Amino acid sequence: MTPPRRKRREPKPPPPPQPQPQPPAPEPADGEAEPKNPERLYTVAGSEDGARAELDLVTLIVARDAPQMAASPEQAAVLRLCANPLSVAELSAYLNLPFSAMTVLITELITAELVQVRAPIVRRALPDRSLLEAVMHGLQRL
Amino acid sequence: MDFNGSDTIPGPRTEDHLPHTAETAVKIVIVGGFGVGKTTMVGSVSDIRPLTTEETMTQAGIGVDDNYGSESKTATTVAMDFGRISITEKLVLYLFGTPGQERFWFLWNGLFEGALGAVVLVDTRRLEVSFDVMGRLEERGVPFVVAINSFPDAPRYPVEELRTALDLTPEIPIMDCDVRRRASSKDVLMTLMRFLHSIALSRALV
Ligand SMILES: Nc1nc2c(ncn2[C@@H]2O[C@H](COP(=O)(O)OP(=O)(O)O)[C@@H](O)[C@H]2O)c(=O)[nH]1
Ligand SMILES: [Mg+2]
Repeated sequence: MTPPRRKRREPKPPPPPQPQPQPPAPEPADGEAEPKNPERLYTVAGSEDGARAELDLVTLIVARDAPQMAASPEQAAVLRLCANPLSVAELSAYLNLPFSAMTVLITELITAELVQVRAPIVRRALPDRSLLEAVMHGLQRL
Repeated sequence: MDFNGSDTIPGPRTEDHLPHTAETAVKIVIVGGFGVGKTTMVGSVSDIRPLTTEETMTQAGIGVDDNYGSESKTATTVAMDFGRISITEKLVLYLFGTPGQERFWFLWNGLFEGALGAVVLVDTRRLEVSFDVMGRLEERGVPFVVAINSFPDAPRYPVEELRTALDLTPEIPIMDCDVRRRASSKDVLMTLMRFLHSIALSRALV
């Protein structure tokens, strides 16, 4: 029996660059020395349905130090969940909200300076070999 | 959902909390047709119980319906399962099991653009289901490995016959797996990571 056959495809040239906000550098691990308003860089790709920060599924969100004034029960729920760092995807899952609705809610919290954002590492033209090695070491211990 | 009852909103179990030192996250995407074993694979290696993120899509496939609470005749809900592995105190790896149809992919910002790489899970009873996914990854320049999830009644082909059928270049790893087994899923991820590492090395040499 012979399997069905596929035809390989070539990489497409990337789409014309869109104005993308630069993700801020990750915050220092000790959490003390806090860069001034790194989230400001996270402003917001205008879209028809309103302002929204460029949040990735694995952007980590952390509530700023308590006590905090949440404007809504939704906000309070997010702040409670991200007392420890939590990804946008996990927040979406726990709150049972669609990803897009989650990013709107988080954008409000960023604007109100109630949460910090820890940017994900994205694939680059030249991937960081030490990052790949760190992941390999971590997986090996599984 | 009723946020006034938000004390009862389930969150991570205490042992599932990320430490405050967690500062960066990376992701790997697992793609394949319905029933090929994506969710099983996520669950077998994840530190946490697999979770689900959803998105709503209008029938036209353009724009995303934010009025998720309101009536929307044409909305389709697309779900994606994911899990998490803590790599170090600072670094977290997320695994996303993603539907094979590309029209769903744009629902989540940068799902592939931001990923380290992808695993294409293949069921040899329905090999052609994976063809389009592989083509899309090639077009986007996302490096991937191919993992054959061995169902008992699936036809078995020699790897080189599969490589020819799938038209994969010699360097792309093809492997058998049983994603119900943690060790096997871990092998697949390690194979992807070694592949990504070899790409990084070869690029550093030119
Ligand atoms: N025999 C066998 N069954 C599997 C394997 N992986 C998954 N399954 C079963 O196949 C079904 C579909 O798997 P699931 O992970 O939900 O597929 P998904 O739609 O890609 O997320 C489940 O009932 C699994 O238990 C495997 O490696 N071998
Ligand atoms: Mg599934």
